[in-house]
Amino acid sequence: MKSYHFNHKHILDFSRFSSQDISFILDTAESFKEISRRPIKKVPALRGNTIINLFFEPSTRTRLSFEIAAKRMSADTFNISASTSSATKGESLIDTVRNINAMKPDVIIVRHSHSGAPHMIARHTEGSVINAGDGIHEHPSQGLLDLLTVRDHKKSLDNLKIAIIGDILHSRVAHSDIIGFTTMGSKVYIYGPATFLPRSLSSMGAIICSSMEEALTDADVVMTLRIQKERQNDPLLPSFREYSKLYGINQRRIQLAKPDAIIMHPGPINRGIELAPDVADDPRRSVILDQVTNGVAVRMALLYLVIGAS
Amino acid sequence: MSNNFIIKNGRVIDPLNSMDQIHNLIVVNGRIASNATSDQELKIIDAKGTLVMPGLIDMHVHLREPGQEYKEDILSGSKAAAAGGFTGVACMPNTDPVNDCAAVTRFILERASQGFCRVYPVGAISKKSRGESLAEFGEMKEAGIVAVSDDGLPVIDSQLMRRALEYAGGLNLRVISHSEEPTLGKGGSMNEGSVSMNMGLKGIPTATESIMVYRDIALAEYTGIPIHIAHVSTAMSAELIRWAKKRGVPVTAETTPHYLSLTEQEVIGYNTNAKMNPPLRTEEDRQAIRQAVADGTIEVIATDHAPHSILEKDVEFDLASNGIIGLETSVPLTLELVRDRLIDYDRFVHLLSVNPAKILGVTGGSLSPGMPADLTIIDPDIRYTYDVSGIISKSRNSPFIGRELQGRAVLTMVDGRITHNLLN
Repeated sequence: MKSYHFNHKHILDFSRFSSQDISFILDTAESFKEISRRPIKKVPALRGNTIINLFFEPSTRTRLSFEIAAKRMSADTFNISASTSSATKGESLIDTVRNINAMKPDVIIVRHSHSGAPHMIARHTEGSVINAGDGIHEHPSQGLLDLLTVRDHKKSLDNLKIAIIGDILHSRVAHSDIIGFTTMGSKVYIYGPATFLPRSLSSMGAIICSSMEEALTDADVVMTLRIQKERQNDPLLPSFREYSKLYGINQRRIQLAKPDAIIMHPGPINRGIELAPDVADDPRRSVILDQVTNGVAVRMALLYLVIGAS
Repeated sequence: MSNNFIIKNGRVIDPLNSMDQIHNLIVVNGRIASNATSDQELKIIDAKGTLVMPGLIDMHVHLREPGQEYKEDILSGSKAAAAGGFTGVACMPNTDPVNDCAAVTRFILERASQGFCRVYPVGAISKKSRGESLAEFGEMKEAGIVAVSDDGLPVIDSQLMRRALEYAGGLNLRVISHSEEPTLGKGGSMNEGSVSMNMGLKGIPTATESIMVYRDIALAEYTGIPIHIAHVSTAMSAELIRWAKKRGVPVTAETTPHYLSLTEQEVIGYNTNAKMNPPLRTEEDRQAIRQAVADGTIEVIATDHAPHSILEKDVEFDLASNGIIGLETSVPLTLELVRDRLIDYDRFVHLLSVNPAKILGVTGGSLSPGMPADLTIIDPDIRYTYDVSGIISKSRNSPFIGRELQGRAVLTMVDGRITHNLLN
């Protein structure tokens, strides 16, 4: 067998990963899970490394997850959010990054409202860059934690039916998931209001469905996406009321999926709009909080691996 | 010093005089001459192995002066034009202030008098190009504009566009339309399709252009006044223009070298030097545009030379300004059509000289004796790398940097004055 080396200095998008890369990241994350179950949740693996959370968009979960991951690996972490950085003083992104780079960080974790911003930052920094969500492009660490969560429950990522319901067009999580699950040998079925399902999504490998039945029937995994209230200046939907009625996941619709199908959501949930509360909280199906727990392990793995690859 | 030359042994291509042959061209006192008297001393230009043609005219450039001289000014832009083989350029009015009144037009022409090529100002259609009320075409025409356009800002109000056509028609000024319906592609930064989807960039559908091209054709047919469609980028626009011409609608159209040679694939990697408006389209569109140039549907190649500095380009893709420089790469990129046997040299000269001169109603397009000696000598075989260090324009925003190119202007002459010379 050929020896494998993880050689990604940056984590920018899923399309750069082979199935071997993904399996390796998930295996690494798996091995780090137990650290978070110890009474003293800390290992010295990244001691002396400087990790910067550079967030130009609000985030609670992702940012906290990265920070906890870094601290459990003994790295030094620093948070910069757009409101406290020079962004408000009119400094260009490249100047901000050059200044941060001059302080010699090992990893910069970036969230930005413009697609491709992490790619640009990666060209102007010596350390590693991890994309924590860029515009409507990708959210690779979320995609990986989704893959890990499904693998935990389904034992493998091969030959599953993954249904993703909702605003696929604007969901960077869905984009990473579509590419990730497809790379691993599963099929991703997508459905939602047609305004959210441009034809071009099939180029990512997704199967565009024409009914909820087609998407959900015999699905192993059902993922719903947050409908973003802040996107209402583009006439994509008549109302949330109608969305909930036609496209919301409730107990009746979930019966179409396999009996052991799991329910996922990248959060935060609009309860009662895209997901009925009793489905979100269904202990037999919902793995939404497992996703959050796995997020820490996946991010520990990513930090460990990119620093190792540099 | 006299401006008397004999250009020897070049292949002279002068379609309006039905000439395509090895010929010695004589220039006396800044004009084309049929012969010289014995007392006139002629400087010899050895043009063996080259093409000698009427001076090239780029009817769509942005020279950025007044207002954004850090990107380009009339002197640097005209020098880049001369280096690219152009003897004349028409500059769009989206300067700061906008060229919407005679005072700005006169300023541009005064600056241009020091320049390296003829500069033909295009006036704004609407005051400040706001799309609300007509600018003073008449006074601007007296000051020297050759056409009107709100380039960069499509005229949304159809009644205003109709009035612009009618009023301009009465003054014998051509209206140049930037034909895009602005609400459909709102917020978009590249062609809409699988590439934009995969990059997470908001797209500009091809329908954005077709809708407005159709409106402009309908207005030209209704009023009977000619309209010129700028920078055609889509297959459907080309098809609409072909159909309109068949109906006898007075419409002319241009495309740019980049729509003939690049596609949306160029944007991959968030390359802001491939960001422009209209955006680079698909391979299917590119082939359709090449075909439309070959069959005469599109009769002009213009560059839409749009200089920007790194301040506008070295930023997040969504925030980057639209446009690329083009004056210095137009000749080699258009020659690719000749090498691909889509057009011959006769059509090459029509696309880059005869037709723009005719549409704008300016001097040029022929080498008839008595005409001002505006001419371009092209070496179609020379191979070189398009390198940043060789760029004459003040700006560097070109997706062609690093490309191997074939063919370039080796001498440019305006009024018998050599403005660019690589021959010696």
